[in-house]
Amino acid sequence: MTTIDTHAGSSLSAENGSMARSSFLVAVADWLTSCDHKKIGRLFLSMSGLGAVVAGVLGVLVGIERISPDSSSIISTGSATQFISMFRFVLAYIALAPLFVGIAIAIVPLQIGARALAYPRLAQFGMWAWFFGVVLVVISVSANGGPTGSDKNFVTMYLLGLAMTALGVIAASIPIIATILTSRAPGMDMMRVPAFTWSAMVGATANIVTLPVFIGTLAYLYVDNEHASVAFGGADKIWDWIGWGFTQPQTIVFAIMAVGVLAEIAPVVSRVRQALRPVVFTGIGLISIAALGAATQSQHTLTWEGSASDIVQDIILWGFFNVLPLLGMFVVLAVSVLAVISGRIRLNAGFVFAFLGVGMLLVGLAGNVLYLFTDAALLGTVFEEGVFTYVVYGTVMAGMGAVSYWGPKLWGRKMPDKETLGLAGLALIGTVLASFPYYIAGFADQPANALGGFEYGGPSGLWNTLVTIGHAVFALAVIAFFLLAAKSFRNGEAAGDDPWDGHTLEWATSSPAPANNFVELSIVGSSEPLLDVKPSSEEVSA
Amino acid sequence: MTIALPAAHAPTPKRQTLVATTVASSVAAMLMAGMLAVWLRFRADAPVRESSDGLKIIKDWLPANIKIPEVATNTMFATFFVGCVMAQWAVYAAKRRDTSHVNLSLAVCLIIGAAIINAQVAVYMQLDIGVADGAYQSMFYAITGTMVVLVAIAMIFSAVALFRSIGGRATSTDVYSSHALYWYAITAIFTAVWFVVYVQK
Repeated sequence: MTTIDTHAGSSLSAENGSMARSSFLVAVADWLTSCDHKKIGRLFLSMSGLGAVVAGVLGVLVGIERISPDSSSIISTGSATQFISMFRFVLAYIALAPLFVGIAIAIVPLQIGARALAYPRLAQFGMWAWFFGVVLVVISVSANGGPTGSDKNFVTMYLLGLAMTALGVIAASIPIIATILTSRAPGMDMMRVPAFTWSAMVGATANIVTLPVFIGTLAYLYVDNEHASVAFGGADKIWDWIGWGFTQPQTIVFAIMAVGVLAEIAPVVSRVRQALRPVVFTGIGLISIAALGAATQSQHTLTWEGSASDIVQDIILWGFFNVLPLLGMFVVLAVSVLAVISGRIRLNAGFVFAFLGVGMLLVGLAGNVLYLFTDAALLGTVFEEGVFTYVVYGTVMAGMGAVSYWGPKLWGRKMPDKETLGLAGLALIGTVLASFPYYIAGFADQPANALGGFEYGGPSGLWNTLVTIGHAVFALAVIAFFLLAAKSFRNGEAAGDDPWDGHTLEWATSSPAPANNFVELSIVGSSEPLLDVKPSSEEVSA
Repeated sequence: MTIALPAAHAPTPKRQTLVATTVASSVAAMLMAGMLAVWLRFRADAPVRESSDGLKIIKDWLPANIKIPEVATNTMFATFFVGCVMAQWAVYAAKRRDTSHVNLSLAVCLIIGAAIINAQVAVYMQLDIGVADGAYQSMFYAITGTMVVLVAIAMIFSAVALFRSIGGRATSTDVYSSHALYWYAITAIFTAVWFVVYVQK
C-alpha cells in the first residue's frame, strides 16, 4: 500500500477551505433558487434598500448641479434629461416598487397562516426579471441610451430593461394575490385578514392594473424606435410617453402597502383591537383609486376656465383621481391616531418610522392635489419633484418601519429601539429637507427636469442647497439603518417569538419563522386571533 | 410566551391555479387595453383634410394603399371561439375522467393556436406593408404582434395541460378550468382588437 504523507495542518486547512468554498456556493445557490418566500422577500428588500441609497446619491448630484444653474459642473447639459430620468427610475423602480412587494412576499403568508407562498417560482422569476431589467436600464443609460439618447441600440435596450423591470414587479405581485385569496387559515375570511395583508392585496392588484399598461406603451415605443421613429418621435419623445410611469399617481400605487404597515402596527403598540377596521380597509381602498388614474396614462388637472360643464367635469375627475386617494390616506392616519389615543401606547421604532413615513406621504399627496390645480401655476415646476420625493422617501421610511417591526420574525433578533428611533428622526429631517424646499421653489417657478439655465427672484441657491443636504442626510439615514439592521439581526438581542405582544398569526410561530412557517395551523376566530387566546393585561396583573 | 391556538387541518389551497390565471388574464387584458387606448388616441388625433374633389373629409390615419384582408381577420375571430369550445370540452371531459377526450381537446386547442398565428402571418403577407413605412404601420405591427404573444402563451398553456394529461393527471380539473379561462380571456381581448383594429380600423 502506498501512503502519501502530507502535512496534517495544510491538509486540514485545504479541506476546510474547500468546505467553506462549497458551503458558500451552496448558500449562494440556495439564495438564488430558493422557493422560501422569506428569502425571496429579503432579496427584494435588500436590493430596494441599495436603490434608496443610490437614489440619495443621485439626488445629491442633481442638487449640486442646480445650486449654480449657470454652470454645469458634474453633468453635461446634453445629458440632463437622461440623468433626471435615471434619478426618477432609481427612486420609483429600484427604491420604491420592489420594497413593499418584497415585504409582502416575506410577511403575508405568515400573517394569514399559510405554510408557503403560492407560486414561489413565479415570485423568484419576478425578482430576477426585475433585477436584470434594472441592470439593462443602468447599462443602457450609461452608454447613451434612454430618453434623448443618441445610440439607437442602447435606447432599445433601455426600453427592454424598463419592460423587464415592470414585468418582474407584475410577476411578483401575482403570487401575493393568489396566496391571499387561496391560502388563508381556516376561519380567516377577507374581513379578518390583517390590515397589512389587505393593503398588500390592494397594492398588488393596483400593480396588476397599471404596470401592463406601461409595458404596452413600451411595446409601441420599441417598435417605433427600432423601425420608423415616426409615430412616437423616437428617443427624443420617449419621456413624453412614459413619463407618467415615473410620477404621481403611479408612485402612489407603489406606496399603498406603506399605509398598511401603519394600520397594522398602530393597534399593536396601543394594545387595543382596531374597532374601526372596516374604515381602515375602506381608506386603503380609496388610495387605490390612484391606480385608475395611472392606468389612464395621465394626470388629471383642474382648470377653472371654460364653460360650467367643463369645470364640473374637471372637478369630478380631479377630485376622483387625486382627492380621494388623499382622503384615504388621511382616514388611515386618523384612525391610527385614534387607536393610539384610545389605548396605552408602548412606543417602538417600527411604529415611529411608519407613522412619520405615512405623515410624509400625506404631505406629498396634499401637494399633488395642489400641483394639479392649474390656477396655482405649479405645472412644469420642481413642485412636482417635491411631491415625488415626499412620496418615495415617505414610503421608504414606512418600509424601514416594516423591517424594524417584522425583522424579529425574519431574523430572530430585534433592532435596538433607541438607535433606530434616532434614525427615524434623521430620515424625517432628510425627507423634509429633500422635498419641502421644492414646494417653495415651485411657487418661484424653478422649472422641472432642468439642471441649469434657469433664473428666478429669490434664494434659489438656498432651496437647492437644502434639497442637496436633504438627499445626503436621507442616504446617510438609510445606510446607517442598513448597518444597524445587519449588526442587530446578526448579533443583536434575541427577540423571542412575540416581541411586540402582536395580534396576528405571524407572532404565533417561532422566530425566525421555520421553513414551512407553522408546525400546526390555527383556527382563526377573529381579526386579532392572538388576542383571543392571550390573557388580558388585567388578568396578568391580577 | 408560547401561544396555543386550537390546531386545524392543513387546508388545501382553494383553486390556486384558477385564481392565478384570473390575475394573469387581467394582466393580459390591461396590457391590450392600454395599447388600444393609445391606438384610439392616435386615430382620434389624426389630421383631417378635404379630398381632392372637395366632397369628402378624409382622416389621415389608415393609408389609402392599405386594404385590411377581412376574410383572414374574420376567420381568426371565429377560430378563437372554437378554441374556447375546445378548452371547455377539456374541462367537461376531465370532470368525467375521460382522458382520451381531454387529450384530444387540448391537442385541438394547440392546433387552433397555431392556426390563429398562421392566419396572422397571412394577414401580414396579404397587407404587404413594412413596419418602418409609417406611424400606422409600426403601430399595427406592435399591437397585432403583442396579440400573437398572448396567443403563443395560450399555446404553451395548452401544451403544458396536454402533457399533464398524458402524464396521468387528467382529473386535475383546476388546471383545465384555468386553461379554459385563459382562452376565454384572450378571446375577449381579441374581440376588442378585432373590432378596433380590423373593423373600425
